[in-house]
Amino acid sequence: MGLEQFKNRNVGTQNYTKLDLPRSPVTGWCKFKQVVSRTLSGELFVGLGVTMRIMVQSLVGGQSHATLYPFEKLPISPRYRAIHEMLRLLESGHYRCIGCGLCEKICPADCITMDTAYDKNQRKEVTEYTINFGRCIFCGYCAEVCPELAIVHGNRIETASEQRASFSLFDDMLTPIDNLNLQQEYQGFGAVTPNADENIKKTPLAY
Amino acid sequence: MSQINIKIDGQEYTTNEGEYILNAARANDIFIPAICYLTRCSPTLACRICLVEADGKQVYACNAKVKDGMEITVNTPNILKERKAIMEVYDVNHPLQCGVCDKSGECELQNYTLEIGVDSQSYSIPDTKRETTNWSSVLHYDAGLCIVCERCTTACKDMIGDAAIKTTKRGGAALDKGLKGAMPKDAYAMWNKLQKSVIAPSNGTEFTDCSDCGECAAVCPVGALVSRDFVYTSNAWDLKRVPATCAHCSSGCQIYYETRPASIENRDEKIFRVTNEWNYVSLCGAGRFGYDFENRVEGKDKIAFAKAIEAFNKAEVIHFNSTITNEEALMLQTLKEKKGVKLINREARAFQRFLNCYSKASGNSLYTTDFKEVMASDFVMSVGSSLRNDNPNARYAFNSVQKMNKGAGLYFHPVGDNLIPSFGKTIETFAHKVGHEEAALLMIIKLFADESKLPSSVKEQLDTDFVELLGGDTEKFDKAMVKMLKKKENFSLMIGEDLYFHEKAENLAKLIAVIEASSDVKVAMIPPKTNSLGVALICDLDNEASGYTIGYNESGDFRLSALGDGDLDIPAMNQQEGTLTNMHKRVTPTNAALEYNGYELNDIMGEILSAPKETIDWTAYLPTDRGFKAVEFDSLPNGYTNDGTENRGYLLDTTSTDVDEVTVDKFDDGKTLDGDIAYRCNPQRQFNDFSDKSHQIFEEFGLYASASKAESLGKRVIVEFDKGNLTLDVIVDERMEGDIVAVPDFKSAENIYELFGESRYKSVVIREV
Repeated sequence: MGLEQFKNRNVGTQNYTKLDLPRSPVTGWCKFKQVVSRTLSGELFVGLGVTMRIMVQSLVGGQSHATLYPFEKLPISPRYRAIHEMLRLLESGHYRCIGCGLCEKICPADCITMDTAYDKNQRKEVTEYTINFGRCIFCGYCAEVCPELAIVHGNRIETASEQRASFSLFDDMLTPIDNLNLQQEYQGFGAVTPNADENIKKTPLAY
Repeated sequence: MSQINIKIDGQEYTTNEGEYILNAARANDIFIPAICYLTRCSPTLACRICLVEADGKQVYACNAKVKDGMEITVNTPNILKERKAIMEVYDVNHPLQCGVCDKSGECELQNYTLEIGVDSQSYSIPDTKRETTNWSSVLHYDAGLCIVCERCTTACKDMIGDAAIKTTKRGGAALDKGLKGAMPKDAYAMWNKLQKSVIAPSNGTEFTDCSDCGECAAVCPVGALVSRDFVYTSNAWDLKRVPATCAHCSSGCQIYYETRPASIENRDEKIFRVTNEWNYVSLCGAGRFGYDFENRVEGKDKIAFAKAIEAFNKAEVIHFNSTITNEEALMLQTLKEKKGVKLINREARAFQRFLNCYSKASGNSLYTTDFKEVMASDFVMSVGSSLRNDNPNARYAFNSVQKMNKGAGLYFHPVGDNLIPSFGKTIETFAHKVGHEEAALLMIIKLFADESKLPSSVKEQLDTDFVELLGGDTEKFDKAMVKMLKKKENFSLMIGEDLYFHEKAENLAKLIAVIEASSDVKVAMIPPKTNSLGVALICDLDNEASGYTIGYNESGDFRLSALGDGDLDIPAMNQQEGTLTNMHKRVTPTNAALEYNGYELNDIMGEILSAPKETIDWTAYLPTDRGFKAVEFDSLPNGYTNDGTENRGYLLDTTSTDVDEVTVDKFDDGKTLDGDIAYRCNPQRQFNDFSDKSHQIFEEFGLYASASKAESLGKRVIVEFDKGNLTLDVIVDERMEGDIVAVPDFKSAENIYELFGESRYKSVVIREV
């Protein structure tokens, strides 16, 4: 639809296509006839029959379509945006976050805060990092803006807890160092595209 | 200065004659890219990006002056090519670590790379390892990020006068000669220089020997120079900028307190740094690094407040200092008028007395010139002020005259100083005897006055050979003076605190009036402390008083203190709104950077007399007969316009009336101090308890002496005054010369003013402990 048509607010002058429907009953008698014919048509029992069949199949035949949560869990799309994870560098095990503050800046809910400091190796150290999950809207901007693929959305959808604070600090989100070999590369928003190499122009600095 | 017309990109503009093209464009809101140029400094020509076409020729906008009818084109295809190449070269080997860099978000390299549209790199060269170093207790230099624009060295030399840093050899690979023809000319020349240099302390060591003002870090366009305390603690965009006025000395510089929540744990606002409009104002180390002196309180302490009310009701004396806003000074004056308390403020009282004597003798309600005009003069003199320590802006002005206006200077001060002569080649210093201040003024009269305009009482005193009396060599001086006076048109004189705290203060004030009346020399005075001028104008101060005393940041029977150690807490200057009167005779607004939820003086006023709701409601009631204006606080601006015009608060009105001829006393050259002399003078970067409280100001309370004197004194000494003793550590000040020692007054608890009385110099006995 063009913008001009969209802006035409003279409702009723457009060329609508009319459906070929029977007229709605007007008098009381006509309405009564319609109710009786629909009630006694038997379609209701067709539906009930389907329900009955499925119930018998699942109770007796063991052919259930429901997931038996929490014993069974469905796979989650890599683009799903669950509780955040902070990843580590695979080689050194050091956390990837460089403390640039872009996630903090872009966050529309203003729920990310970090403390940084100058460490003894003359590097920027992230001394603490936190997300206020009471305010987080799981929009994924932080993961998208992160230049290091350090903050990503994980697949942890079970966030029932006594306190939200129990998974909101740097250590809670960081890949445990002994599980480094299990760390998955993130495929969701902000991840490197499969054809990233084609899009990069080499600089002459590669001598 | 006459006005001329120029055309920029076909548009007609009016500008001052003799202005650089870049400044003329900036004043008219035209954007010409420039990295290395600083408004109040000489052009460096390091970046070459300000290339423009003027009357068909390519010139650098930062060092080409406008001519009448000049036609300027900012962008031509060739210039755009040059600029793009220059920016590409700047990006060669500049680490792509914007993510961790402190400058990211306010970086000129980032901005210009985007503005000029560098989207690919055509050049390369092997990088050199450049180490990160700490130059001093506050300066952090990351050579890897440095683009050698030389803004830091220029500011340090032309504005500050320390010249503590310079460009030095980098030892980088040489450029490929083939590039010379292949790449744009200016870009090649810039790169050639850049590839050879890096910045380092100019004394040849690893550490700078300077006043730690941090101005180099302020002007740095990239993240190479950052204060050690700020490195990697916050991003520029996280900080909230609060425009304020620095409250450490009478310069009253415009600053921004930059705040954000302290940390994840502590969500209270904290000041992370202080920044300034470095194109128009230079800060000192105290202003830039002495910012965390706030007084944090839990809440309103009702019991202490009730006691304070009781104390105010029976108070006979209020003892305060000049670290106070005009509004609060007005409250104290109101207390005096309504309740008859006496007001004691030693430094402001001395200044007030001096100003009154001067007004009586000259007919001017205030000194006639300000330090902006001093900066524009080409012959500057200083009497009675230890320029390096008393007031940074006065010192910067003295230096700037030498560097920017090809000026000359005369410096009269009993305490020898080896920094002042290094400002320029045409400076004569006189380390005269204490007590010869009148001779210094008489010498200025002899040099510059029109004899026909002199009163007879002065004329008859001019036969003395003042140069010799002040410790100079007449023949040599006369010769030097001929050279110094060449092509000089504007003369200025700065007067310092020594003259206010002087036995003959009245006579000195008269002599100054004579200088102004009989010569072209313009006189500016340095108020002794932060708001001494405001207090001197607003309050009717008393000389001596006794009885139940309330101390406002000073000693007393009941103490209001912003340092957190008094009987009732009051807000510190970075937690207050109000106005300050600075030495430029300007009433400037300051805002609260940090929250304060306790009681303030206005609450006490409201309880015992009547007061409006807020402290700033007093602003409109400042005394108009003393030059203040009846304007609301909220209508006061606090900033600079693009052409450098100071648009802050308002200027005090000054009036002038005719007066009779003055009669000055006969100068007595025998009245000098001998033996060991102590001078009441703070170290650089230290002004009051508040600068002392700040964690980045390290200058200690001790006895400052020249290296040779310190050696003869030993490590720790007792200084015996006639009214008491002080035990102090001896600290060497390499910049000091001679035998006079300096005793700081920044700790109010030490009651230094009591020991010195009505003079800044005292004969003392110094014994080693």
